[in-house]
Amino acid sequence: MNLTLYVWRQKNAGDKGRMDKYEAKDISPDMSFLEMLDVVNEDLEREGKDPIAFDHDCREGICGTCSLNVNGVAHGPEKGTTVCQLHMRNFKDGDKIYIEPWRAKAFPVVKDLIVDRSAFDRIMQAGGFVSVGTGGAPDANAIPISKEAAEDAFDAAACIGCGACVAACKNASAMLFVAAKVSHLANLPQGKVEAKRRVVNMINQMDLEGFGNCTNYYECQAACPKEISVKFIAQMNREYFRSLRYKEK
Amino acid sequence: MQGVNASPTTASMPARLLNRSIGKKILMSFSGLVLLGYVVGHLIGNLQIFVGQNALNAYAVFLHSIGAWLWIIRAFLLAMLIIHVWTALRLYFENRAARPIGYKRKVYQEATLSSRTMIWTGIGVFLFVVYHLMHFTLIITNPQYSHLEDALGRHDVYSMVILGFQNYLISAVYIVSIAIVSYHVAHASKSMFQTWGLNDTNFEKILHPATVIFAWLIFLGYVSIPIAVLTGFVKLPEGVI
Repeated sequence: MNLTLYVWRQKNAGDKGRMDKYEAKDISPDMSFLEMLDVVNEDLEREGKDPIAFDHDCREGICGTCSLNVNGVAHGPEKGTTVCQLHMRNFKDGDKIYIEPWRAKAFPVVKDLIVDRSAFDRIMQAGGFVSVGTGGAPDANAIPISKEAAEDAFDAAACIGCGACVAACKNASAMLFVAAKVSHLANLPQGKVEAKRRVVNMINQMDLEGFGNCTNYYECQAACPKEISVKFIAQMNREYFRSLRYKEK
Repeated sequence: MQGVNASPTTASMPARLLNRSIGKKILMSFSGLVLLGYVVGHLIGNLQIFVGQNALNAYAVFLHSIGAWLWIIRAFLLAMLIIHVWTALRLYFENRAARPIGYKRKVYQEATLSSRTMIWTGIGVFLFVVYHLMHFTLIITNPQYSHLEDALGRHDVYSMVILGFQNYLISAVYIVSIAIVSYHVAHASKSMFQTWGLNDTNFEKILHPATVIFAWLIFLGYVSIPIAVLTGFVKLPEGVI
């Protein structure tokens, strides 16, 4: 099939950037979205032009590196899927496809469709860890954890930190990401010890990075490739209530 | 580029409420809850128009009879309104600043229209409240109602409301305004529970329809008054022009 692409091109962080039009020819419906872009890039290189820069790594939907806004939706039209696992059979011949980078002040564009997501790393450094050495994998059931807590922690831990929640949110808020990290650790005994300090520090860092505020649109959970629920934002809010009076000793 | 702040836990509780994003959610939800309480209370009071002239006018006299308390309540409501509006404006400008360059194409999948238009419906509600106070409380826009008295010499609120809503334009503005209030309430009442952390996937199934029904009740309750006046279900008492 043949497609018309409108792609955000931006030389570097200082460049103003613009949408450019490309024709993607002879695309197989079995290709992934990124493979389709590879084909376009090969054509561009043959013509001696600068290929479209985009982030990608594992291409199997687990690393959280790919980050494209496709036709106005973070990771494209298929639910619960990263854009690397989005296949061209979701489109039809003659479609026009708009491809844009994540848009947020906290995620500045590096080049074309690549954004700098190190703001997420700094939020993790602010509290997304357990300070004590927990040793190797413990024996099963050595530490009793209820099934509900284990399930919740696991659901939250599914976050791959891709930033689709920020990209989708009207306010460019990072609440779903931070909520997933806070809830993941707060549900487990190893993480409970530092729960109050963690939520205060991570929220503080999130605000410092210039992400927007959460106003409960729930657009984040719709865009999340791991389908992480906004119930974790509710949990983080509870954690924050508990920490309102918390002071470092 | 931003460094990692090593000791934000030294921030005091008021600072966490005023400056952090979740703190602002807390301010927004609690001030909103108080205002929502007023919307419900005001509706229950107003519906006494269906009981009759005596009931509504006596209720108005009762409200004024509590004297200092009335002013304490009014000051409290005003304070909550200021917190709500101030926080809303901060959120609006901060959230705009968080995405300096927008998308050429943006499709919303789950965010409802009412959630995305809160600032605009909020401004609508604010303008309506100002007009509504000028109309019925301060009696500036229609000063001819200020001298209405009933048989017991009380200010005739009952006739004032009926005379007001017999004007099609006033009724139309009122009905549209109440629709905006209800639309605002539809997102607010659901959002509140999420902010307080009372949301989980099971509760959501009950909560969402419940808040929609609640918003509809607010709408139908308030709108029933101009409709009853316009259809002649509620009539002017004898002897009022």
